[in-house]
Amino acid sequence: MESKSFTTGNRDNPNTDLHGSKNMMASHFLRALFRIQQTSTSSSSFAGRSRRIRRAAYASMAYSAGARRAWSRALLRKLRSRARLRFPRRLSRTARPQRRDMDQAQVLRKLVPGGPSMDYCKLLEETADYIRCLTTQVRLMQTVMDSISSYAHHPMIP
Amino acid sequence: MSSRRSRISEEEITELISKLQSLLPETRRRGASRASAAKVLKETCNYIKSLHREVDDLSGRLSELMATMDVDSAQAEIVRSLFRS
Repeated sequence: MESKSFTTGNRDNPNTDLHGSKNMMASHFLRALFRIQQTSTSSSSFAGRSRRIRRAAYASMAYSAGARRAWSRALLRKLRSRARLRFPRRLSRTARPQRRDMDQAQVLRKLVPGGPSMDYCKLLEETADYIRCLTTQVRLMQTVMDSISSYAHHPMIP
Repeated sequence: MSSRRSRISEEEITELISKLQSLLPETRRRGASRASAAKVLKETCNYIKSLHREVDDLSGRLSELMATMDVDSAQAEIVRSLFRS
């Protein structure tokens, strides 16, 4: 993915005004990262820190959409319950090709937070918003990665 | 389920499927013509799974990087570079 300013570059979806929520997402995620960094000791495990970062990613997504969306409400509930965040990873291997969109809708319901309780129409709407939010979060994480990497290679001389 | 669908217009559903298709990376690359609902949903599921994997991957890489980072001096630099236009 080419580098571009996280907050201004969004040529994929010119009609979506994500600006306010993008800023919220970024500031929430960064604050969480700094917190994780400060509370991480040399004895913290890499896996533990990864898990916390991953959790922070989904939290900042959920907070940026807030109560406006069914998927974000479901995600916030999951986060608050301290339950482990899991999404199905296994590629669905079916014996025969999927021919009805209803079957695929069932697969989709497992991937979108709150999916199981949505009707077909709602699921389609929520999925679109969830995807937009996910891609924004991924872009944010890549931007943070790029800036940390470049800092690590060109540290400022105090 | 099918009686419920006739109340919600088929047009609405076609519209929503079309919107989902426009979000898929392959569509953006090739400017694909309208695909079937089943195809779009299948691609959507794959896309979401790949995005989830990216979040996992980036979390791991960030974790590695942060282990090597001195927090105080890096903070300001990161925030600056993140919001630089």
